[in-house]
Amino acid sequence: MRIRSVSSAVVLGVTLASLVVGACGTKKPPVARPLPPPPPITTPPAPPPPPPAGPIQETPVVPAPAVVEDPMATRSIDDLNRDSPMRAAFFDYDSAELSAEARAVLDTNAATLKKYASWAITIEGHCDERGTAEYNLSLGERRSVAVQSYLVSLGIPAGRLRTVSYGKEFPFDPGHDEAAWAKNRRAHFVITAK
Amino acid sequence: MRYPASILVAGAALSSVVALVASPGGGDPRLPQAPQQTEVILSISGEPGARPRYAVPDFIARTNDAETAAVAKLMGAVLWDDIAFEREFYMVPRDTYKTIPAAKSFGEIPFDRWRELGADGLVMGSVERSAPGTYRVEVRLFDVRSRRSVMAREYTGTATNPRLYAHTASDDIHLQQRALRGAARSKLAFSSDRDGERVSNSIQPRDVKEIYISDYDGANQRRVTVTRKLNIMPRWSPDARAIAYTSYRRDFPDIFVSLIYQGTLENPTGGRDQNWLPAWSPDGTRLCFTSARDGNSELYVMNRDGSNVTRLTNHPAIDTTPTWSPGGTQIAFTSDRNGSPQIFIIDADGLNLRKITSESWCDRPTWSPAPFNEIAYASRTGPGYDIRILDLATGERRQLTYGEGSNESPAYAPNGRHLVFMSTRAGKKQIFVIGRDGQGVRQITTVGNNYTPDWSK
Repeated sequence: MRIRSVSSAVVLGVTLASLVVGACGTKKPPVARPLPPPPPITTPPAPPPPPPAGPIQETPVVPAPAVVEDPMATRSIDDLNRDSPMRAAFFDYDSAELSAEARAVLDTNAATLKKYASWAITIEGHCDERGTAEYNLSLGERRSVAVQSYLVSLGIPAGRLRTVSYGKEFPFDPGHDEAAWAKNRRAHFVITAK
Repeated sequence: MRYPASILVAGAALSSVVALVASPGGGDPRLPQAPQQTEVILSISGEPGARPRYAVPDFIARTNDAETAAVAKLMGAVLWDDIAFEREFYMVPRDTYKTIPAAKSFGEIPFDRWRELGADGLVMGSVERSAPGTYRVEVRLFDVRSRRSVMAREYTGTATNPRLYAHTASDDIHLQQRALRGAARSKLAFSSDRDGERVSNSIQPRDVKEIYISDYDGANQRRVTVTRKLNIMPRWSPDARAIAYTSYRRDFPDIFVSLIYQGTLENPTGGRDQNWLPAWSPDGTRLCFTSARDGNSELYVMNRDGSNVTRLTNHPAIDTTPTWSPGGTQIAFTSDRNGSPQIFIIDADGLNLRKITSESWCDRPTWSPAPFNEIAYASRTGPGYDIRILDLATGERRQLTYGEGSNESPAYAPNGRHLVFMSTRAGKKQIFVIGRDGQGVRQITTVGNNYTPDWSK
């Protein structure tokens, strides 16, 4: 706010003038001279209003990490088994040996089992239709145990891995050719508890 | 052998004295157990060198109502089939009887007409409804040439199972004429998916299999288990009152025993490990079975109540599918310890192991009952299997089936003269019976798939 100095000078001048008059001359009673009208009071123009305040900035809230819901954690057991994260391991005819491909599958399954440490599973042993029904109950058992042993060797506690043999009773593919048989010679994983 | 006429007359007089012996034998509680009486056995003979020829017309209906008339026809037909089944006698075909007037009593049989048909023996029966829900059945075996009755029986009992009277008469005829125990009152058990149900708690579609029983001829097929799960490989107890089988009713294989006439269920192995393929000892006190409890398929023996489990085999190979010798001292089983599955025999105390087959693949041995001493098994002969039999006394092997489909899971009839087995020769898996000589194949089941049969006493 600027104060015009003129007015202050005028006031001063007036004040001085009145003093001078009082000091020389006749002793006349001071006569108040009419003072010049005081300068009009001019309110200084309002200062330009400050620019409008921006939107009120809240302290930015760091959003919680996007709860990308882990489907594995929330799906039901039936849903999980319908679209299982654990693939089957397949076998050669009349064999319970684990091939390199089977081991690779089981390595992945073991990683899944370690990640979801509360899961319990059943390893089902299955056979193709060509052996006898009776013997195949034992061959299925051998296959499921081979898989169980391998997973235990990778650090999965045996108590989480139940084995059940179904022999050739429940083929996954009802066909009667090698393509079907290959699909049926397997260790099949079923999640039984989460 | 033909008797001189004088003995025949004396014998006939004797036979009329001992007529009406109501002694059906067997153990059926519905039929009266009369004391044994000695009889002069009059054996009917055929033409020299030929089997005797038997005719069995409809029974005589002594009560005049439609139901008795129908039962009279049924009993005659069933008895004809039962006698034909054992193949001890040549059966004169029933469609040739049309020309012979039906007798209304045993006193007016036109024997000369039957002789014209070539019959040596004539089986006549009569049925009377003696009280509501009760039958009185008489069966007589006549020597057609002499016109004398050589066997007479009377049976009384309920009306619920008319076929049983014919079955009993057939067994009595075979016992009397041939000193032979017939199989007509025995039963079959097998596993079937005929109900078309699906296992309830499975994501994959899995077919339910339940245990079924039937008469030996396929009549009265009825379901024993109701589990909506997998139930397989039934074995009759020696007293034919219980069936042991492998059941997945708790989602893993374990041994259960259904007492089918009491409606109770036992689980001798106790439901912890995987156990399968129970086999009864001949005296019914023990079961031999396969178990994975020690990490590998091995054989164990336990008391029927599950106590006193002892281990029979100890080898990293698969040992499974046991069957007892008729004396209960040895067990035959399947093992792949030498490579592919073969049949072995071991003493019941675990000693003296020996291998008895060296074929491509063998499984499911079944040990014949006395008086035979042989083991039948399934042998791989191509893409499928055939039934083979090893005679333990002579070491000779014979084959019963020759590639008509795949033929597996044999089990002996209680008299050792027949086997029941599963065959795919009719398309699906069905139960068949066959004579131990490979003749007389009969299909037992037609609905659904039927497997792993067994034959009761």
